[in-house]
Parts: sequence; C-alpha cells; structure tokens
Amino acid sequence: MGRFGRALTTLVVIGAVGAGAYLYLTRPQPYTESDFAEAGEPDIKNGEMMFWAGGCVSCHASPDAEGDAQLVLSGGLALKSPFGTFYPPNISPDPDAGIGNWTLAEFASAMKRGVGRNGEHLYPSLPYTSYVHMSDADIRDLFAYMKTLPKSSNVTAEHDLPFPFNIRLALGGWKFLYFNDNPRVVLSDASEAVKRGQYLVEGPGHCGECHTPRDFLGGWKTSEWLAGAPNPEGEGVVPNITPGGAEVGDWSAKDIAYYLESGFTPDFDSVGGSMVEVQRNMAHLTAEDREAIAAYLKAIPAH
Amino acid sequence: MKLRLAVTALALTAFGFSAFANETSEMREKLMKQAGGAMGTIGAMAKGEKPFDQDAVKTALEAIAETGHKFPDYFGEGTENLGDEASPAIWENMDDFKARSAKLAADAEAQLAQLPADAAGLGAVMGAIGPNCSGCHEKYRLKKQ
Repeated sequence: MGRFGRALTTLVVIGAVGAGAYLYLTRPQPYTESDFAEAGEPDIKNGEMMFWAGGCVSCHASPDAEGDAQLVLSGGLALKSPFGTFYPPNISPDPDAGIGNWTLAEFASAMKRGVGRNGEHLYPSLPYTSYVHMSDADIRDLFAYMKTLPKSSNVTAEHDLPFPFNIRLALGGWKFLYFNDNPRVVLSDASEAVKRGQYLVEGPGHCGECHTPRDFLGGWKTSEWLAGAPNPEGEGVVPNITPGGAEVGDWSAKDIAYYLESGFTPDFDSVGGSMVEVQRNMAHLTAEDREAIAAYLKAIPAH
Repeated sequence: MKLRLAVTALALTAFGFSAFANETSEMREKLMKQAGGAMGTIGAMAKGEKPFDQDAVKTALEAIAETGHKFPDYFGEGTENLGDEASPAIWENMDDFKARSAKLAADAEAQLAQLPADAAGLGAVMGAIGPNCSGCHEKYRLKKQ
C-alpha cells in the first residue's frame, strides 16, 4: 500500500469513527416501558388542565374546528415555519390513524424526549423542548385524558421540508446542541406562585417557543428569554412579554391574568393572531394558574 | 411651463393620495379605538371598578354597532399598504371580513334590544361581543411592534 493508500485508509477510519461518535452521541433516547411501569393512577381532571395548558388543540385540531369539535385531534393544520411546512399529526385515540395503541412510555418519549414511536427523532415543531419540563405525573394524566377524546380516522400529510431539514438524522445533532431541561431563567427566592408559573410557562404552556428569539439554526437565544421574536408564520412580530416589553411591560400581574382569561388588554384592545387560540386555551385554566403565570412574567428579567 | 404644470399636478395628486391614505388609516384606528373604549366602559363595570350605569352601557353598545357598520368602508381597493396593522388577508377574504363586521354590529344591536338591568348582566354582554374582537383580530390584524 502506497502513501496515498495509507492516507486514504486513515481518512476513512477517522470518518467512520466520527460518524459512529455522531450517531452514538445523537441517538434517539426513548423511555423504556419499565420507566412508567409504576406510574400510578391518572387524575383525569388534572389531565384536562394540562391539555389546555399545553395548547394541544391549537395545532392538532382541524383548523376550522370550533367548540367541542376542537376535541377531535385529527390533525389537518399546515404549520408554516422558516424551515418548511409541518403537518401536526392525528393524535386522537384512533388505534390506526391516531395514538390509540401507544403506551404511556411511548407518549412520554414523544413529549419529553422528542422520540417517535418507531424510535425516530421528532421535529421540535412538537415543542418537546418545553414539554421536557413536565412532570411524569402530568404526562400520565394528560395521556389518560386524551384517551377519553373522540377518535378520528383522518390521515395527515408528511411534513414538507426542503433539504437539509428533511434529514431526520440531522435532528440528533440539533438536539445535542439545543435540547436540555435546564430552567430557562434562574429566579432566586421565587414564591410558590412564581414557581408554579415558571412550570406552566416553560413547560406545558411552551410560551418560549414563539416569544423567545432563535438563532439561525432555530435554537433559542435563552439570554433573551421571552423578549419577543419575528412571527414564525410570516409577517409581523410576536411581542416581548418580559417586564421590559413595550406593550406588556406596563401591565400589572392582574392585567396579565385578566388578559389570559378574557382576551382583553388593560385598555380593552383585544388579543389577536395566533395568541387568540392560546388565550382561549388559557381561559380554561384555574384562576390560580393564570395568576401564577402572571406572577412569573413579572418576576423574569426585563429585556 | 407645461413641465411645471405636470410636476405640480403630480405633486398635488401625490399629496392628495397621501392625505387620503392617512385619513383612511386614521379612520380605521379611530373606529377600533371607539369600539375598544366602549368595551372598556362595559368591562370596568363588569369588573366592579366602576358603578353600573345603564345609559353608559347603551352609549357604549351604540358606539360598537356604529363601528361594525362603518369599519369596512375604510378597506377599499388600493388601501392595502398603508403601513398600519391591517393584514393583507382582509383583501383576500373581503366577504368574510365584511360579514364579521356586520355581525359585530348585529350582536351589539341584539344587546341594545335587551339592555341589562344590573352589573351581573354585563358578563353576558362581554361574552356576546368579545369573541367578535378576537375572532377578527386572529385573522386580520398583524402586530407590527
């Protein structure tokens, strides 16, 4: 073997080791069935609260559904993003088209690990980057509640993403860089209400997904937590909701809680855009939980 | 001379258009503020921050009905890009936009026909009117700041 041959062999070996290391470090890491073997009895009422806090209907109900029809999680929405168009799937309890045959461990793997039923990486259009904060008990309760909803046999489209975003293997790298369960802000001496608010906002409520700016690869700029961002769906902006926000900054905690309940700002302008769906969901929460969200939003660093 | 005339005419046209554009945008904002202010009047009483005043509720609902009737008049062709918060979706769905505005007026008039006698009845008024605001803003308003 000549010098060239040896050099080539070395390169191939380095390449193979590198690829192996990449695949190992970025492998999907679902839960195993035993992780949830002793999950305990679900609290369906709490599951319903998590369902509204999590905003499942905003993406998974049929786009034109109103009222009770929103409880049919048939999918059907086209979710536009700078990376392509995502089609949130049918997550109704239908055994074939939906998630009726899923186990709790599989559901938790999707919600908290970003791993699909076939062991594949999921796109963070499913905000597991936020749901990762959810407690196992809340995941259990949510799953139990969703089992009580109507079935739909609707089959949704595959995500429509251009190269290179259509390569799921690359998602492992993205998760390696950006996916963690760190608190998004560290708040010393937080009251119980602020802690509850932090859980709801950073976890199920996934507020940061739209309200926090992202870098060119779609990772959060966590140093600008909830500081506002361009509208991912097109024109316009998603506002800064920290105490430094031009609009929301002056609102009292009471104002924020009233807005989440009624959809009206302190000067009786109304909620608009994608926030309308979010506000309708938040209106289902308890008054205490809305107050907790407000307390947290007043406690975070101003931007 | 002819050139000067043409330039003057052009300038006047441009000035006329921009004055018209400003006026259109201002009317949109004025009508929205009128409806928002009216909701604020009712909302403050519903929340118990102000004492119940049936006359004020009536005036507020009349203002909301007026907004519903007049609002689409300020969304004619050629007024798509005035730099305000009106979404291009309005002109793509003009019939729906007009129908929603008419419904706001009709809902306000329905409440006028059965004015509540006390503050307890204001929750229902808010519930009847409020979804019109958010429903339309969901599709047709673009937040620019």
